Amino acid sequence: MLRFLLSRVGQTVAVLVTVSVIIFALMRLIPGDPILMMLGDDFTEEAYQKLRAKLGFDRSIVVQYLIWLQAILRGDLGDSYLNHELVSRLVWDAFLPTLSLVVASMIVGILVAVPSGIVAAMRKDSAWDWGSMGFAIFVYSMPSFWKGIVLIWIFSVHLRWFPAMGYVAPWEDFWGGLWRLALPAVTLGTFFSGLVARIIRSSLLEVLDLDYIKAARARGVRRAALVYRHALANALIPVVTIIGLQFGTLLGGAVLTETVFGIPGMGRLTVAAILNRDYAVVQGAILLGVFAVVIVNLAVDLTYAFLNPRIRVA
Amino acid sequence: MARPLTADDLPLPAPAPTSGDVAEAGGWVRGRRWWRRFARNRGAVFGLAVFVAVVLMAVFAGVLAPYDPLTQGVGPANEAPTWKHWAGTDSFGRDMLSRIIYGARIALVVGIMSVLLAMIVGVTLGLVAGYYGGWVDVVIMRVMDGLFAFPIIILAIAMMAVMGFGVKNVIIAVAVGFVAPFARVTRADVLAVKEEPYIEAARLAGVARPAIIARHVLPNVLAPIIVQAALRVSGAIITESGLSFLGLGPPPPTPVWGSMIAEGRNFIVMAPHVSTIPGIALMVTIVGLNLLGDGLRDTLDPRLRR
Repeated sequence: MLRFLLSRVGQTVAVLVTVSVIIFALMRLIPGDPILMMLGDDFTEEAYQKLRAKLGFDRSIVVQYLIWLQAILRGDLGDSYLNHELVSRLVWDAFLPTLSLVVASMIVGILVAVPSGIVAAMRKDSAWDWGSMGFAIFVYSMPSFWKGIVLIWIFSVHLRWFPAMGYVAPWEDFWGGLWRLALPAVTLGTFFSGLVARIIRSSLLEVLDLDYIKAARARGVRRAALVYRHALANALIPVVTIIGLQFGTLLGGAVLTETVFGIPGMGRLTVAAILNRDYAVVQGAILLGVFAVVIVNLAVDLTYAFLNPRIRVA
Repeated sequence: MARPLTADDLPLPAPAPTSGDVAEAGGWVRGRRWWRRFARNRGAVFGLAVFVAVVLMAVFAGVLAPYDPLTQGVGPANEAPTWKHWAGTDSFGRDMLSRIIYGARIALVVGIMSVLLAMIVGVTLGLVAGYYGGWVDVVIMRVMDGLFAFPIIILAIAMMAVMGFGVKNVIIAVAVGFVAPFARVTRADVLAVKEEPYIEAARLAGVARPAIIARHVLPNVLAPIIVQAALRVSGAIITESGLSFLGLGPPPPTPVWGSMIAEGRNFIVMAPHVSTIPGIALMVTIVGLNLLGDGLRDTLDPRLRR
């Protein structure tokens, strides 16, 4: 187990290093001189040379990368060109709303997916199966930003049940926060449920075909008990993997969904920063987003190894 | 009289045994059997029909669209659907139906071109990494791991920040996110195929490595690549629409589904059709492509066939 743990952590570090090189390269490919942009109206030839030397832009590209990496490892993502706030502060403040949306969506998605996946598998090829799998493809194929608008139109404009806009952190005002998070979480969560329901159905069908289930059936275990007590726990293991694989997709979906619902998260921050050419913020947001994806994937892999001992040895 | 053996004496590498049960049958028979399997899958046939309809819509947009998609004031602003304007008008009084029909062009061009671009780059990298192995493999696949960690839409957003706006840049930005999956799928299959006896035979016959890769390895790893491509087109279209929705897509007044949905958002109370109707076009296209992709996967990928 220790060997598995170490090799998996090693891989994660390697991926993070590659990611940092990619982001560094992307930021250097942006046309325009960042020093000119930082100086703005304060431009003088002397100030230019001074800042250039200070940022290490007169050194070789490898040294520049190392200086940049060192700053990031200290948690220093620089200042926003626009209002000179710390990028780490801006990005973290925007990350929390996005993360709460992702987590809420996962909960909604699993709450919808587990029953519909089970029903579909237990009554394979019935109307229930067709209905729940049709629903899964349908909600999975709706672009989240459009689904959000339709939900606002129905539940905010017509029924007036939920607010169309705004965000309150659930840890500041729990019920108020949840109430505002409900529509965005349904928007993104149904997308996730479509994916998970199909996985649960196929993995449950596979498990139900295994020998230990047949043996239990031969002993006269009732069908419902068979599914809930014997098959379900094993069939849910792949769902853990899906959470890891799809965390990035959900984060991307959250970026779009929060734009629809006016949630002050990563999406709004990044797009505004791109339009303002505030590249330190763009870089910080992307770094934090990808870092989160990589860490969640590591956590999921370790959980999976814990749930399924066969992986540890392989 | 005995002469030294040459490459010509070796048996020719057997043709690709891509699908076990019909390996000996000709391509035509194989195609017909595949079609019969495909036609039994109702979802896939529906998906194919939707795809063909969207392609026809894009190709014949000039004939099908009742109005010019860019002309303003062909009707009153934000008018709900009427007999004159089946999908209503937007805030500039442009005909929505015409804009939706022309919008199919951007969606398809970006969706297909970006997947093709990602496929060419990704498959090449996967072939090279898998066949050559060693440090080439390590370097290529580590970079792919890094790219794979990026959520696709976030990578596309970053690329748009670097490259600036325009349809060509949207294609590249979307493609970058899909390179890694193609490279991984290709590499995994190359590792299996390169141990096959017919590759060994070609190598012994003195065929150059690039020729072995192109003529003997590539054809045998193609089925999962095609499946991967079919499954990714819908993702590419969703990504493009997402970029356009955020205002990072092709610049206005180009008719693009994503930006039409975004424009209509401001009129959701008085004119909900402006935002909702282009979304229906987008959703139907995506449902169709997903069903088509699933159908191709179930019928083409020999590993999944029962």
